[in-house]
Amino acid sequence: MTVQGVLDAVAAVCMVTGALLSLAAGIALLRFPDLLSRMHAAAKPQVLGLLLVLTGCAIRIGTVLDITTMVLIAVFQLATAPVAAHMVGRAAYRDGQTRSDLLLTDELAPHLDEYADQTAPNPERRP
Amino acid sequence: MTVAAVAIAVLLTAACAMTLVRIVRGPTTLDRIVATDVLLAITVTAIAAEAAFTRDPTALPVLVVVSLMGFTGAVSVARFVTREER
Amino acid sequence: MNGPSLTKRERLRSRVTAVIGLILVWNLLWGSFTWLNTISGAVIAVLLLVVFPLPPVKFGGRLRPLHVVTFFARFFFDLVVASFQVAFLAFRPGEPKSAIVAVRLRVRSDLNMTLVAEAVSLVPGSLIAEADQRTGTLYIHMLGVKDAAHLEHLRAEVLRLEARLVRAIGSDAELRKVNDSREEPAA
Repeated sequence: MTVQGVLDAVAAVCMVTGALLSLAAGIALLRFPDLLSRMHAAAKPQVLGLLLVLTGCAIRIGTVLDITTMVLIAVFQLATAPVAAHMVGRAAYRDGQTRSDLLLTDELAPHLDEYADQTAPNPERRP
Repeated sequence: MTVAAVAIAVLLTAACAMTLVRIVRGPTTLDRIVATDVLLAITVTAIAAEAAFTRDPTALPVLVVVSLMGFTGAVSVARFVTREER
Repeated sequence: MNGPSLTKRERLRSRVTAVIGLILVWNLLWGSFTWLNTISGAVIAVLLLVVFPLPPVKFGGRLRPLHVVTFFARFFFDLVVASFQVAFLAFRPGEPKSAIVAVRLRVRSDLNMTLVAEAVSLVPGSLIAEADQRTGTLYIHMLGVKDAAHLEHLRAEVLRLEARLVRAIGSDAELRKVNDSREEPAA
């Protein structure tokens, strides 16, 4: 087996695993009972799946110019996915879309009123 | 490589179908945003995989923009939903 | 926001860091590090910071390269574990149980809270539902919680993540705070 063959095999394994994780994210999105659980699917397997496919892509293409682009995509994805998940998550919780029968404990509920003002469109205004 | 390409295509298509079901079923706007976000990420994954198999990097710069669009979309709709509700 | 308490020097340092970061991104976008890219990137970075000023970030710590590497290595390991855990839960029959817990961080700086919140969202079982800047409390949604003991284990896991982060980029005072409280049970 040539070096090229080995590299191609590694790339293929990375990409198939990545696609499998994407599928898992899809299944989780469909099967999980409430919104907050579904967001776990959007935040984790999805990000790793994309990273793995990008790794495979970097191995296959392998020019510096394109690898920098892929590094940027990966960094953006890592930095933005949790923020997006958090924004949607707090909106969901305030909206009362959590199914409390699935929660073992909820330590946020007693404090929720204190943070009500933080939903204001202008975050700089709060104390 | 062809086997891998077909496998990836099948897996990603199935994943897309599932997120589409979630988008249709909802039940709330926020569920649809999360699903749309995942759908966009799967699209990025698929385009990256396509670039890898053809060894053609033309589409890669587009992915930078698309991956950021998902983020801005999710955040702005999430803010909009909370504001509307008050 | 602790904006007003910053000295002029800290403000300048925060701006310069932002400009360097943006120049780096600009170079990566073009795909090569050339003088032309660096200079045009600098012009655009300064323009951006003038038009859209950001609140300065207070960075009181120092980088400990070895611990930074440990942090990232552990972070990627956790990301892999987390992804397969969610994948496993997705394929398993039944609805996974979850919980929302409050975790009070020991270091309350904005930077520390932001980074812990980001990292927590990507490691096994946890996702940020709400953050309180004044008390330094993160409200974390945990997925796949089995029982109360498992819950305490996950809570301690978040504090360990914070400790790793502080060891990587925190100041000596912050590090002492984290080390002192390590013996106490996570509350």
